[in-house]
Amino acid sequence: MVDATYDIALDPLARSASLRYAAGRIAIYSFLGFFALIYLLPLFVVVANSFRELPEITRNGLIALPHSFSLKAWPQAWAHYCVAGTCEGIKRNFYNSLIMTIPATIASTLLGAINGYVLSKWRFPGSETLFVCILLGVFMPGQVALLPWAYILGNLRLSDSVYGLILVHVIQGISFTTLFCRNYYVNIPDDLIKAARIDGAGFWRIFAKIILPLSPPILIVTVIWQFTGIWNEFLFGLVFTGGTQQPITAALVALATSQMNAHPYDVASSAVLIGAIPPLLIYLFGGKYFVRGLTQGAIK
Amino acid sequence: MATLTISGLHKRFGTVEVLKGIDLEARTGEFVALVGPSGCGKSTLLAMIAGLESVSEGEIRIDGRLVNSVAPKDRDIAMVFQSYALYPTMTARQNMTFGMESRGVPKAEQEAAIKRVAALLQIEPLLNRKPGQLSGGQRQRVAMGRALVRDPKLFLFDEPLSNLDAKLRVDMRTEIKKLHLRVGKTTIYVTHDQIEAMTLASRIAVMHQGSIQQFDEPQVVYDHPANIFVAGFMGSPSMNFIPGELTKVDGHPAVAIALAGGETAMLPLQQPPQSRPANGKVVLGVRPEHLFRYDPNLKSQKAGLAMLTAPVEVVEPTGAETHAVLKVGEREIVGRFDPDGAPRLGELLPLGIDMAHACLFDPDTQALIRQGSA
Repeated sequence: MVDATYDIALDPLARSASLRYAAGRIAIYSFLGFFALIYLLPLFVVVANSFRELPEITRNGLIALPHSFSLKAWPQAWAHYCVAGTCEGIKRNFYNSLIMTIPATIASTLLGAINGYVLSKWRFPGSETLFVCILLGVFMPGQVALLPWAYILGNLRLSDSVYGLILVHVIQGISFTTLFCRNYYVNIPDDLIKAARIDGAGFWRIFAKIILPLSPPILIVTVIWQFTGIWNEFLFGLVFTGGTQQPITAALVALATSQMNAHPYDVASSAVLIGAIPPLLIYLFGGKYFVRGLTQGAIK
Repeated sequence: MATLTISGLHKRFGTVEVLKGIDLEARTGEFVALVGPSGCGKSTLLAMIAGLESVSEGEIRIDGRLVNSVAPKDRDIAMVFQSYALYPTMTARQNMTFGMESRGVPKAEQEAAIKRVAALLQIEPLLNRKPGQLSGGQRQRVAMGRALVRDPKLFLFDEPLSNLDAKLRVDMRTEIKKLHLRVGKTTIYVTHDQIEAMTLASRIAVMHQGSIQQFDEPQVVYDHPANIFVAGFMGSPSMNFIPGELTKVDGHPAVAIALAGGETAMLPLQQPPQSRPANGKVVLGVRPEHLFRYDPNLKSQKAGLAMLTAPVEVVEPTGAETHAVLKVGEREIVGRFDPDGAPRLGELLPLGIDMAHACLFDPDTQALIRQGSA
């Protein structure tokens, strides 16, 4: 109290400045809050609709405050809803996505790490050119590769198969993972490699014992990047697979377009949310490492 | 125990010739320092000895065995890097055992080696720490430990002290010297610091622009530098170079140097030069410690003392001694003086030069002109 009186009595200028400061803060935060709200609104609508009853949705409209509560849509979407003749929900597609995303993420990350290791620590004539070529893949839109992939998958008899998609995603992902790892490894001092060579370690031993233990920051980045990218990828899944082989993203499209009668907004909403859970979890647990790994220089 | 013999060694990167025919040898147990300014090729030479750089031409032999195309790990060498190059994810102990593990040395033997080296370097308490938890000096010790555990034939040091602060550098220098006396390994030591080279080495190879200028014992390199470059590089402050002309005073050989105001000083040589440049022009090289405040009494005690007067331009006390910049003709020369009786600023100093230790160089070839009876 003493302090407050003191302030007012002696410094009306400071007081008005702090008031103006507070007003400015309030304006900025309400402005930001407003846009955050707009941004979050679709998510709110989807979450709300997954807990509403279908008749209520049809009566009050898709975008409305919920007046009913039901958990029915979730098991429905997971295991029972009929898409294109089979009534198994999206369970199978969810598993498809897991079976596709996990190995593709691991394989593309490992290949990227090895590529990055070679391109930064075992340079050879032309290795820089090779790196630039690999880099082109980063800028190439997936659509460009559709036809060549169709041809290759057809010849390998991997069309309409999750394994075909694994192959596609591993190859498509190498550009990014190589770029990430190579740029990270460039900052590891070459003297470490020289010391290890004198110590009698070879190519693989140096990779396993010296490079990999230094890699967690960048591996976390590539794993998150690849996992979310592959999980959310939709074009290849839609084009190269159908029915029981489809990953969840493609299945969601099928679900949204294949209904006969009333549009099942409740089931579609829960299905979308189920499909969004894994990348969300990954980001929730790995997000801070992701930012850290991207901004952090390598090793002192 | 091992020898290193290098003959006719060349290194080219594309069209750039980095090493131009190096001949070098280290006898068993010898400590050879490669010293020179940055870019002289000394680190490249060391990398080639280690097998980290390929050989363009010439031979490298360790214990007589040609190792030109032998992999680094099979050369039986150990190297200490300027950056220490400790593996950051491993503890000091793991850093030291990594090489032995790569070679499949039995665990018990590894333990014994760690014990021996840790005691030698006094790093027992640090063994379970990672490099990030060690100070610069401690990292340096661990890096040396890593080199020592394997008991290699040849020890290579690549500017190991240049990342340490000045005081620690002097301490570690002594440590390395003690270590070498105790272990007695043949050692090649790269440095740009001529004091390190002087204090540590049994022989010094002074390198400049890809070739060895002189390869000899430290005192010989210091007293009889092969050319102006070596003379200027070794010693701090550097040797003073004064252009002059060979002449004779009373039938004795002398050097005439120009002083300010058109005067000439005649400096009698102690020993006659063995050769004479065509036009008689020479460069007189005098180390700063061979300059004195002239005193007639000194003349009788010290043979070969020449005298001239020089104005004092700058005085720099360092505590133990005082450096003074003096003007001789158009040139500035630096002398080291005892703080008692050191030159004062603005004084016209009667300057004594110890001609018995002065060097003569040929200004065209830059080479030393030997003195004395051949």
